[in-house]
Amino acid sequence: MSAVAVTVPARRSGWRQLLGFNVFTGVLLGLGGWFLGHFIGTQIHGESLEYYSTEAGQNDIAIFLGYGLGVLGFLIGLGFLNYPLRRMLGHPPSLAERESEEYGLMRYFSLCTDHKVVAKQYMVGIGFWFAVGGLNAMMIRTELLRPDVHTFGADTYLTLVGMHGSMMMGTMTSGILGPLANWLVPIMIGSRRMAFSRIESFTFWILMAAEVLLVTTLIFGGFQTGWTGYQPLGDQGVAGYDAYIGFFALVGVSMTLLGFNIIATVVTMRAPGMSWSRLPIFVWGALSTAALMLLAPPMLVATLLMAMLDRTAQTAFFIPGNGGSSYLFENLFWFFGHPEVYILALPGFGIVLELLPVFSRKPLWGYRLAVAGMLGVGFLSFFVWQHHLFVSGIDADVRPFYMLSTELISLPTGFIFLCAMGTLWRGRIRLTVPMWFCIAWAFNFLWGGISGVFNSDVPSDVTTHGSFFVMAHFHYTIMGGLVFAFFAGIYYWAPKMYGWKFNETLAKIHFWLLFVAFNSTFGPLFALGFMGMPRRVVTYPLGMKFLNDWVSASAYTIALAMLIFLANVIWSFVIKREPAESNPWHAKSIEFELADPVPVYNFERIPVFAPDPYPYGVEQPAPALASGGGS
Amino acid sequence: MSAATTPGQDPQPKRDHHWRNVVILWLLASAIFDPLILIVWGPGLPPGNASVQAHGQVIDNQVLFGVAIPVAAAVIVYFAYVLWAFRERNPEVVVDGPPIRGNATVQFWWLAITTTIVLFLAAFGTIRLLEDGSGGGQGPSPIAVPASATKDPPLQVQVIAQQWEFTYRYPSYGGVETRFLELPANTLIEFHVTSLDVIHSFWAYKLGVKADANPGVDDVAYVHTVGPTTFTVHCAELCGLWHGYMFNSGRVVPKAQFASWIAQQERTYAPATKVLPPYSKTYFPSPLRRGG
Repeated sequence: MSAVAVTVPARRSGWRQLLGFNVFTGVLLGLGGWFLGHFIGTQIHGESLEYYSTEAGQNDIAIFLGYGLGVLGFLIGLGFLNYPLRRMLGHPPSLAERESEEYGLMRYFSLCTDHKVVAKQYMVGIGFWFAVGGLNAMMIRTELLRPDVHTFGADTYLTLVGMHGSMMMGTMTSGILGPLANWLVPIMIGSRRMAFSRIESFTFWILMAAEVLLVTTLIFGGFQTGWTGYQPLGDQGVAGYDAYIGFFALVGVSMTLLGFNIIATVVTMRAPGMSWSRLPIFVWGALSTAALMLLAPPMLVATLLMAMLDRTAQTAFFIPGNGGSSYLFENLFWFFGHPEVYILALPGFGIVLELLPVFSRKPLWGYRLAVAGMLGVGFLSFFVWQHHLFVSGIDADVRPFYMLSTELISLPTGFIFLCAMGTLWRGRIRLTVPMWFCIAWAFNFLWGGISGVFNSDVPSDVTTHGSFFVMAHFHYTIMGGLVFAFFAGIYYWAPKMYGWKFNETLAKIHFWLLFVAFNSTFGPLFALGFMGMPRRVVTYPLGMKFLNDWVSASAYTIALAMLIFLANVIWSFVIKREPAESNPWHAKSIEFELADPVPVYNFERIPVFAPDPYPYGVEQPAPALASGGGS
Repeated sequence: MSAATTPGQDPQPKRDHHWRNVVILWLLASAIFDPLILIVWGPGLPPGNASVQAHGQVIDNQVLFGVAIPVAAAVIVYFAYVLWAFRERNPEVVVDGPPIRGNATVQFWWLAITTTIVLFLAAFGTIRLLEDGSGGGQGPSPIAVPASATKDPPLQVQVIAQQWEFTYRYPSYGGVETRFLELPANTLIEFHVTSLDVIHSFWAYKLGVKADANPGVDDVAYVHTVGPTTFTVHCAELCGLWHGYMFNSGRVVPKAQFASWIAQQERTYAPATKVLPPYSKTYFPSPLRRGG
């Protein structure tokens, strides 16, 4: 692929930088698009054509058109139409946009094709929405301090529950692939960029647009369906449910393209010598996740478009009594939804297995087994979705099959644990903060996995289904697994990405506080579920007050731990700015061989890779840069 | 690259007792915690013994605990041991460990053991499920019917869910519809769960029954009651604004007491029963208006 440089317009100075194609223009055009779409929608039909009819004066057609044109305007303002238009007018092809350093900070506020810039955009964007989702959780726990309705009404409470679930699911699916895989995958495979660098930027900005859409649900009355959005409850909902549909549909588009881009990059852009058996295990984690992201979310997008048609064009896909079926939505949703939860687990496997060799000073134990584990989890994840519907009245014959397929997933997951355990054996284990997060991952994910066996056993699931037990289970896998691995990755790679060192003391406090508070929050939820507390309720029996208060207090402690992390970021990366060492962990992987800061094109010359991705304890020249890469 | 990195030790280190220590510690931990937890928690595991199905779930939970504790103990003991035994005692110097890249024997036995556990659990769960349905909703054509249903026809009770309450119809008592659930003791109950609007889930925690209520669908679940008791019915599927308040109470009473209660209900609600739609497995009500 040739990188013909486009003529770079001279950089503007001062406030005039704000003119042109960037996020500020995008927001303006987006607002314009919203009003235009809403206006057109109102002209098409003056009021809602809802099956359930409405008295709220809300017009779903106008709202969906507003969302559509608003997002389109936002993307045009960011400049996503420029390149296709230029090509249509006969301009030469190019790969790069705003990659040069001279664009300075504005690169972060616009369409930039440098994969390291997009990764940092993701880091801040994901961090922000993760914090908003976390605040929702704090409000949920505040309401549950007392069994009666006090801080929020039942209505707002359910909207908070739905926003917390949707935001966390929608944001954290890209939580590791967005910031870390976008930064690391090209470097680890010896490439200068992602395969589709504009699409890479597109996935980020469309995700941000989606998040804003979700927040607009507060203007339109919220939605009371939780993140699963079951029909026909969703169809009954006020216009706030339109925001849910718009949000997840755009997230689905973002996820699909992100997965597609990573697959294309890994398949086509590996440097000489980087054969499949030499890929760092993190890349395998990203690749298997990307495969799920490519295959599962299109189903979600299609499902939500059907729900949108039910609400606007008077179709009845999901409306029983008009020929539709409530089961159809459940099946389509979980056909996406179950691979989705493995999208949230696999990148964590990749990070942990990538870090353990570094901190054990040993090669990865059972490389092929680890790869088989990741691919096996990914493959099996498409065959388990009806375990969410064990008591829903699905065909009773299929339940033993789904019980078996669900329990089979513990085999490839067991491979990952075996590889982690084998890597530690006889190592020279260095207990750094990222290492502690990896160990905590193993501890938390263990309980997530074991509680999953209870859920997969139909007789046991009859009681645990839809209870706090399930809620504790998936928080142990997603928060205890993914989020802990995410922090391991941040403490490990962020000093290289940003060039500043973390404050070690604050990092340790953050870890221990988070680890203890996490287990103190979600451990008792298993007990509450066993005691019979259903999910998503605003009230509960008085006898459960003590445990609920305990959980709320622990949840606030999680928030405190997160604030300590935030303080560490501000202190270390903004105020103190102590330069990080180039290779603080003495790692033998290529990303730590690069110059500081990593140059725009990563490598002066494309590296040649040696056979061993984890040359610990053996004599092998530093892996990649045969001809002194970097600067 | 760090200059301090040195090549590792001999890949075949001298014989030591690490393996033996891990195994002994694991056996010890399992031998202590497995019986301890089963004795302390085992009898109190949910959902209790208020019905045959609930008791069956307790047994499932006990077996799962019994299997899960040694597995968890293996992982935790292993991690704790290696983190202690193989921790770097001199972090100032970066020394590599031995380049062990796998072990076919360990991998084989790991796969063999985990596969055995998984297949055992799947077979166990399937057998338990097919025995008496375990109280779960099985849709309109149940396959896991308790054996006692062939001797005596079970008592049919229809559960009608709507936003935001449950009502109950007894087709064998003139289709009377009550607001509270009362059941005879020592009887096999055949619940027919349906909904009038959105998806709900009929959950009588103590009886060990949970069955989703879908509009237009007849979801069957079996419960064999034991002795007299009281229980709470709660909606277990998010169904809108007052989902959290969609609960009420029920009772299991001796058969004679049930007979007089249901006769009284028939009398009391006779005028209402006349104007109810005829008993049916499903109902299609007129459309609702949008909720708040």
